[in-house]
Amino acid sequence: MKTIFSRPRAMTETITHYCPGCTHGTAHRLVAEVIDELGLRESTVGVAPVGCSVLLYNYMDTDMHQAAHGRAPAVATGIKRTRPNLTVYTYQGDGDLASIGMAEIIHAANRGEKITVVFINNAIYGMTGGQMAPTTMPGQRTTTSPAGRDVDNVGYPIRVAELLSTLRTPSYVVRGSLHTPHNIIEAKKAIRQAFQYQVDGTCFSFVELLSICPTNWGITPVKSNEWLEKNMLPYYPLGVYKTPEEN
Amino acid sequence: MSKILMKGAEAVGEAAIRAGCISYFCYPITPQSEVAEYLSKRLPEVGGTFVQAESEVAASQMVYGAAGAGVRIMTTSSSPGISLMTEGISYIAGAELPAVFVNIVRGGPGLGGILPSQADYFQATKGGGHGDYRFLAIAPASVQEMVEWVMRAFPLAEKYRNPVMVVGDGLLAQMMEPVDFGCVEPTPQIDVESWATTGCKDRPANLINSLFLDPLKLEEFNWKLKAKYEAMEAEIAYEEYKMDDCEMFVVAYGTTSRVVRTAINALREEGYKIGMFRPITIFPFPQKAMRAYGENPRVKSVAVVEMSNGQMLEDVKWAVLEKKPVEFFARNGGIVPNPHETMEFLRKSYEKHGGTK
Repeated sequence: MKTIFSRPRAMTETITHYCPGCTHGTAHRLVAEVIDELGLRESTVGVAPVGCSVLLYNYMDTDMHQAAHGRAPAVATGIKRTRPNLTVYTYQGDGDLASIGMAEIIHAANRGEKITVVFINNAIYGMTGGQMAPTTMPGQRTTTSPAGRDVDNVGYPIRVAELLSTLRTPSYVVRGSLHTPHNIIEAKKAIRQAFQYQVDGTCFSFVELLSICPTNWGITPVKSNEWLEKNMLPYYPLGVYKTPEEN
Repeated sequence: MSKILMKGAEAVGEAAIRAGCISYFCYPITPQSEVAEYLSKRLPEVGGTFVQAESEVAASQMVYGAAGAGVRIMTTSSSPGISLMTEGISYIAGAELPAVFVNIVRGGPGLGGILPSQADYFQATKGGGHGDYRFLAIAPASVQEMVEWVMRAFPLAEKYRNPVMVVGDGLLAQMMEPVDFGCVEPTPQIDVESWATTGCKDRPANLINSLFLDPLKLEEFNWKLKAKYEAMEAEIAYEEYKMDDCEMFVVAYGTTSRVVRTAINALREEGYKIGMFRPITIFPFPQKAMRAYGENPRVKSVAVVEMSNGQMLEDVKWAVLEKKPVEFFARNGGIVPNPHETMEFLRKSYEKHGGTK
């Protein structure tokens, strides 16, 4: 009998704690598949964030380092600079990366740290219970924007991929999405390219993944995918924003 | 060994290299930016890593990453910067990682000033950041002692898998004194393969973590930390100066102890039987040895001199259980007490409690 599909070696045999319909499991698996395909499991350190995906370290069968909220790029810098032969990636949500960790992500990108960042943008704080994030859409209701995000009061959602792509330092910056099988396949290609740039010692690499949070959005997973497509895609266009070759 | 005349801050940087620490993450802050300037030049010469971080918050998290990766790592800062670093320090303590922090203390609170102070004693000895953790905290009193304790700090951090803080001040960092780097033999680093993030080749995956969602497990971990901090009492270091016949002893550490020594030498010539008990480890505090002196019937009083509003004073009172009166003198805000005012305070305290001449 030939095995055609199995759990990636880089993942542990653990049932995740994620809500039904959550896309974290998909994103985890894509990262693990890429680690397997590039043969990096024994030389990888993953840096887990604060947020829903804090327990990433339970699901990955690689060395892991749990970081403080927003600080994963600084922790990854400390690991990569002192052990440059390791492959170091961070996995961060939008509250973690785009709010409390904005300084760390911009400066890690600007220093050109040879790390990979996987950025999950689901337009809301998940673990703390559905508060407004820097990426929350205009008018989107959350527990701290009960009347909907008022852009006159709190400004517009931050487009991190666009922001990072303005930096002069060479990098790979791409935005994908996890709301359809086709987009998931494309997202994996982006993650693989991002890790490849790190392995080659080329540049900082950043993959933003538009994701859904049915629990805190208060709609079904199917409706969530529709909501993402209708509301997030026009504001957060998919594509490659920067490649090191451009420089 | 030959001695080199060196500025305190630069000597701290060189001591780290001599101890086998060739990675340094920092953020500039007066009065210790010379550590960063020195290491930015020296580390490339020895194949090391120097990164000027975007903030002290980030610098401490880079230290957290490097400590987790199992390399010898140090950062240095001054009071407001150390406050920002306490986030990383708490995680490092929670993940039980070895790392060395140097705080060149300046006056506070807030932005405070840039001159010598001992106002961060509580921060160094009682935890500083969130959660129930402690540093092994050491307070040298000269550039030579700073060098020696920075070099010893790395193996101590590894022995206890705990952050070690070396506490200095602007005087110690900015003045030049002759130093001998050969006084401390560099020690080989401990084996880190069983816990560090070095890549899981031929072993199970390692995890650096401080999250315990099960309160019973976290409590168990807190007890483990408590036992570790008690075990650190094996490292207690202090100096006794003219304590043999003293009727009053002064407790002072770091820069202040140097002024007190000068004052005692002069007062001895006037017939005052005054000694000095100088804590070198300020956590763990040399409580038992100090208590024994406090219980000695010959000793009539105790005096504390420090550059804060009485932070170490609390530990001294607890050590002597207030069995003897404890007098207190301080200059604060960046002022180093001068020998004359210190002598005047000591004379008055000595005579007030019936010291003989």
